[in-house]
Amino acid sequence: MTIFSRLLTAFSLVLALSLAAPEASAQVNPTQSSVTEDALFQALGTAPVTGRVTIPDANAGYLIKPENKSWAVLQGQTLHTLSIVAVLGMIALLLLFYLIRGRIRVESGFSGRKILRFNAIERFAHWTLATTFIILALTGLNLIIGKSVILPLFGEAAFGTLSTWGKIAHNYLAWPFMVALVMILLLWIVHNVPNKVDLEWIKKGGGLFSKGVHPPARKFNAGQKLIFWSVVLGGAALSYTGIMLLFPAEAGTAADWQFYQTIHALVAAGLSAIVIAHIYIGSVGMEGAFDAMGSGEVDENWAKEHHGLWVEEVQSTQARNTAQVTTPAE
Amino acid sequence: MARMKFLCDADRCIECQACVTACKNEHEVPWGINRRRVVTINDGLPGERSVSMACMHCTDAPCAAVCPVACFYTTDDGVVLHNKDTCIGCGYCSYACPFGAPQYPQTANFGTRGKMDKCTYCSGGPEPDMSQAEYVKYGANRLAEGKLPLCAEMCSTKALLAGDGDIIADIYRERVVTRGYGSGAWGWRTAYGETVTV
Repeated sequence: MTIFSRLLTAFSLVLALSLAAPEASAQVNPTQSSVTEDALFQALGTAPVTGRVTIPDANAGYLIKPENKSWAVLQGQTLHTLSIVAVLGMIALLLLFYLIRGRIRVESGFSGRKILRFNAIERFAHWTLATTFIILALTGLNLIIGKSVILPLFGEAAFGTLSTWGKIAHNYLAWPFMVALVMILLLWIVHNVPNKVDLEWIKKGGGLFSKGVHPPARKFNAGQKLIFWSVVLGGAALSYTGIMLLFPAEAGTAADWQFYQTIHALVAAGLSAIVIAHIYIGSVGMEGAFDAMGSGEVDENWAKEHHGLWVEEVQSTQARNTAQVTTPAE
Repeated sequence: MARMKFLCDADRCIECQACVTACKNEHEVPWGINRRRVVTINDGLPGERSVSMACMHCTDAPCAAVCPVACFYTTDDGVVLHNKDTCIGCGYCSYACPFGAPQYPQTANFGTRGKMDKCTYCSGGPEPDMSQAEYVKYGANRLAEGKLPLCAEMCSTKALLAGDGDIIADIYRERVVTRGYGSGAWGWRTAYGETVTV
């Protein structure tokens, strides 16, 4: 009996509620007052639409991020064009420079006497940095302009394989690049502090544009100091943004990745242009210059013309050494 | 040719996650990869809505614009697909995607990116239709069988609609008119530059 009466009470309660319900919903429809996309977009501005997800990946909670599309335009078009302009522009400038100025000769001719300019450690650091940079620059450039240059020439399969290997090379060679970057910083920073000598060098354009002009310079002239600081600061920026791109989970969200990628691409384009000029002047652009990094020993006359003060320093040290010490220094 | 689109009627979605499960099962999607997900906005608050989201197969897809190896292509049906043989797993598409669609298996050194995986609108990839190679890389190709994506086909409340953009927009418009309200065609303005106006 008690069970029956309880059931009866429960049933009558449900009946009463269900009769009352239509009256209540006629006044307020709670489902009608919902969040709408238009209103959300207006309220959020450019901020993403977010919500709760049941999977562990917190980034999946971003429902719509309209701002991501602006990076697509920046990366797909602006950086693409800028990279091409930086590289081809510098090559065009150097070609023009070569046509007007020609190869910069050792004006007093080769003396035949050699001076050690860069020792084995310096050359090792330089060439490690140089080879890794060239491979990093080429594989990086492939990611920006490969699809419009290499893809039409070699087809999708070959381009895909090349880019896969390129990415692996880029990821791994970044580490020796960073080691070599620290090495050149430690080896050469003392020679690259700007001073008064640099002002005169810059005033005379380094003697680059006229024959017979050789402003004095120590081991590194103002132009080389510019290269040094570009490589050190640019390399540091590339290393930092590169590490962030290698470890995306640590770097943050898509907005951070977009920022790092943009900086990475911009610095890479600028530094590539500077390094192309550096390669030119260190090889075909100037007679006798390559020896400095090739064998490490430069001709005395070349050194006197381009690094007059450095030659004086080296020779006075040598003279002091031979005067004071009876046995050879090395 | 039809222009295929997804439309999630958030006023009908009950966050049952069946679309997510159906997708994972149909394509044998690896663990940790979510081609489709359900996001709940205003969770626990008045006006809460859930939206099932996957690749929206954008017009002028931003992923395709940023891909360094140009592995994306748009089919005649307006579906954005990609070639996993060409993909290098750089992650740029995931930076550019407004919907968080690109997914990566954890196979690569440094970071967590193997070859990108995303919703194919149940239409496979560049391999021959319904081949084993296509199934292994991209999953089932229902479109080639004359069927629509499984997530939408088996949605219990018919919240998730798939099909020709004009037709599903008409269905949604009719629903909004009939019931008197609608929270909008989520993602359409971002993906296609225009939303469904009622």
